[in-house]
Amino acid sequence: MTPSLIALAFLAALALGGGLGVVISRNVVYAALFLLVSLGAVAGLYLLLLTEFLALVQVLIYGGAVVIVIVFALMLTRLQDFAKTRDHHQWPLGLAAALAVLGLLAATFVVFQPAVHPLQSTGIQELGNELFVRWALPFEIASLVLLVALIGALIISRADRGE
Amino acid sequence: MAAALVISALGLLGLVAFITALVAGGLAALAAVGGLLAMFVFLAAVVLSLVWLERKYLGRLQMRMGPMRVGPFGLLQPVADAAKLVLKEDVTPAWVDRWLFWTAPLLLFLPSYLLWVAVPFGPGLVLRDLDLGLLYIVALSVVGIVGILMAGWGSANKYGMLGSLRSAAQLVSYEVPVIIVALTVAMMAGSLNLSQIVEAQRPVPYAVVQPLALFLFLLAGLAEVGRTPFDIYHAESEVMGGPYVEYSGAHWAVFYLAEYVNTFLVAVMVTLLFLGGWKGPGLPPVLWFLLKAYLVVGFIFWFRGTFPRLRIDQLMALGWKALVPLSFVNLVLTSIYLFYGWPWWGMSLISLAILAALGYGIHRQAAARKPAITLVPAVEVRSAR
Repeated sequence: MTPSLIALAFLAALALGGGLGVVISRNVVYAALFLLVSLGAVAGLYLLLLTEFLALVQVLIYGGAVVIVIVFALMLTRLQDFAKTRDHHQWPLGLAAALAVLGLLAATFVVFQPAVHPLQSTGIQELGNELFVRWALPFEIASLVLLVALIGALIISRADRGE
Repeated sequence: MAAALVISALGLLGLVAFITALVAGGLAALAAVGGLLAMFVFLAAVVLSLVWLERKYLGRLQMRMGPMRVGPFGLLQPVADAAKLVLKEDVTPAWVDRWLFWTAPLLLFLPSYLLWVAVPFGPGLVLRDLDLGLLYIVALSVVGIVGILMAGWGSANKYGMLGSLRSAAQLVSYEVPVIIVALTVAMMAGSLNLSQIVEAQRPVPYAVVQPLALFLFLLAGLAEVGRTPFDIYHAESEVMGGPYVEYSGAHWAVFYLAEYVNTFLVAVMVTLLFLGGWKGPGLPPVLWFLLKAYLVVGFIFWFRGTFPRLRIDQLMALGWKALVPLSFVNLVLTSIYLFYGWPWWGMSLISLAILAALGYGIHRQAAARKPAITLVPAVEVRSAR
C-alpha cells in the first residue's frame, strides 16, 4: 500500500459517496452540494494522475456549475416539493442506464487491456499544442456543438414566454 | 442519505489521515505546515491593518477623524474589534440548516486562504512556486461562491436567500471578465507562473502596455469580492447583510476576515499582473511589493468613498454589456499584437485610445441626462441672495 494508493481509495470513496448522495438525498440543495463533493474528489483523482491542469479546470468549471445548479434548484422547486423528489417512476430506467455505462466501461477495459504508462506530468505547452494544432478540428466542432446547444436553450426558453 | 453521508465522511477522514501521515513522514511537510501558519499570521496582520486603514481613510474622506480613542491614532481599534467579535455570543437561530450554516464560513474562508500558497511576495519568496499559479488562484476563488450560497440558503432567512441569489448572479458573471483578462496577461507573459509573469514585465510593466486590461481587471475584481460600489449582495440598505444576516460573533468574523483577505488578494493580483510585482529601484523587493499592493488598496478605499452603490440591473448590465465584450476585444487585440510582434507602445496607444473613447462616451451620456434634483452648494445659494 503506497500512500498514493491509499489516497486513490479514499478519493474514490469520496466520489462514490458524493454520487450516491446526489441520487438519494431528498433535498435538492443537498444533492447539488453532494455533486460538488463528488466532482471535487474527481479533481483529486486528476491530481493523483499528475494532470494538474485538468484538476484545476475541473474545480474552476464545476465550482461555477454547481452554483448555477443550486440556483436553478431553488428557482424551480419549493420546499414542499422536496419530500416528493424521490417518488417517481424513472428509477428503473436510470438504473439500467447506469449499469449499461458501467458495463460498457468494464468491457472496454477487459477487451482492450489499456497499456500501463509510467506517470508523467504534461506541461501546459504540450497540452496546448495537442489541443489546438493536432486536434484542432474536433475541438472546434465540440465548441460549435456547445454553442448550438446554448442558442437552442435560449430559443426554447424564449418560446415558452410567447415572445 | 445516511449511507452517502457515512461514505463521504469516511473518505474525508481518510484524506485527513493521509495528510497527517504525510506531515508525520517528512520534515518538508512540517515546513509546509509552518509556512501555512506563517501565512495565516501575516494575513491576519494585513486584515487588521486594512480595517484600520479603511476606517481612517473613509473617515477623512467624509471629513471626520475615524477611530481615535483606542491606542495612538486609534491604531488598536481593530484589535479591540476582533476581541469583541470573538467574545460575543454566537447565536444559532432555531430554523437554520445546521450542517450548511456551520460549514458555510469554512467553505468561504478555506479556499480564499489556501490560494495564498501560490502568491509570490518577492523573488523566490513563495510557499509553492506553482507553474499553473494563476489558474490555481482563479480556480480556488470560485469555490467560495458555494460557501456564500450555502450561508444564504442555510440560514433560512429571506434576506439571506435574496442576498445569496444575488451573489450567485453577480459573482458568476464577473468571473468571466476576470478570467479573460488574466488570460490576456498570461498570453503576454507566455506563462501561468506568477513569478515568471512578474519577470516578463521587464522593459515596462503591463499597466503601461495594457491600461484597458488593468481597468477591466480592477473593476471586475472589485465586483468579484463585493466591495462597495458593487456590494449589492450584502447591501445593508437592501438585503441587510444578505447571506451574513443570521451570523454573529466569531462566525461572522470569519466572513469578515475572508472579505478583507479577498480585497487584499485583488490588490496583490493587480500588483503582480500589472504593476511589475516586486520590481523597483532602491528599496528591497518585498517592500516594493507591499508598497504597490497597499497603494492599490488605497485606491480601492477611495473608490468606495466616491461612488454610490449600483442597482442590481445596472450591475448585471455593466458586467455583461461592457466588461465582457471589452475583455474579449482586448483579448483579440492582444493576440494580434503578439502575432505581428508590434512594439509595446503600439498596444499601449490602442489600449489607451479605447479607454479614452470609453470615458468620453460615458461622459457624454452622463452629461446628456438631466438630473432629477439639482444640488447647489450652500456658498452659492448664499451669494445668490
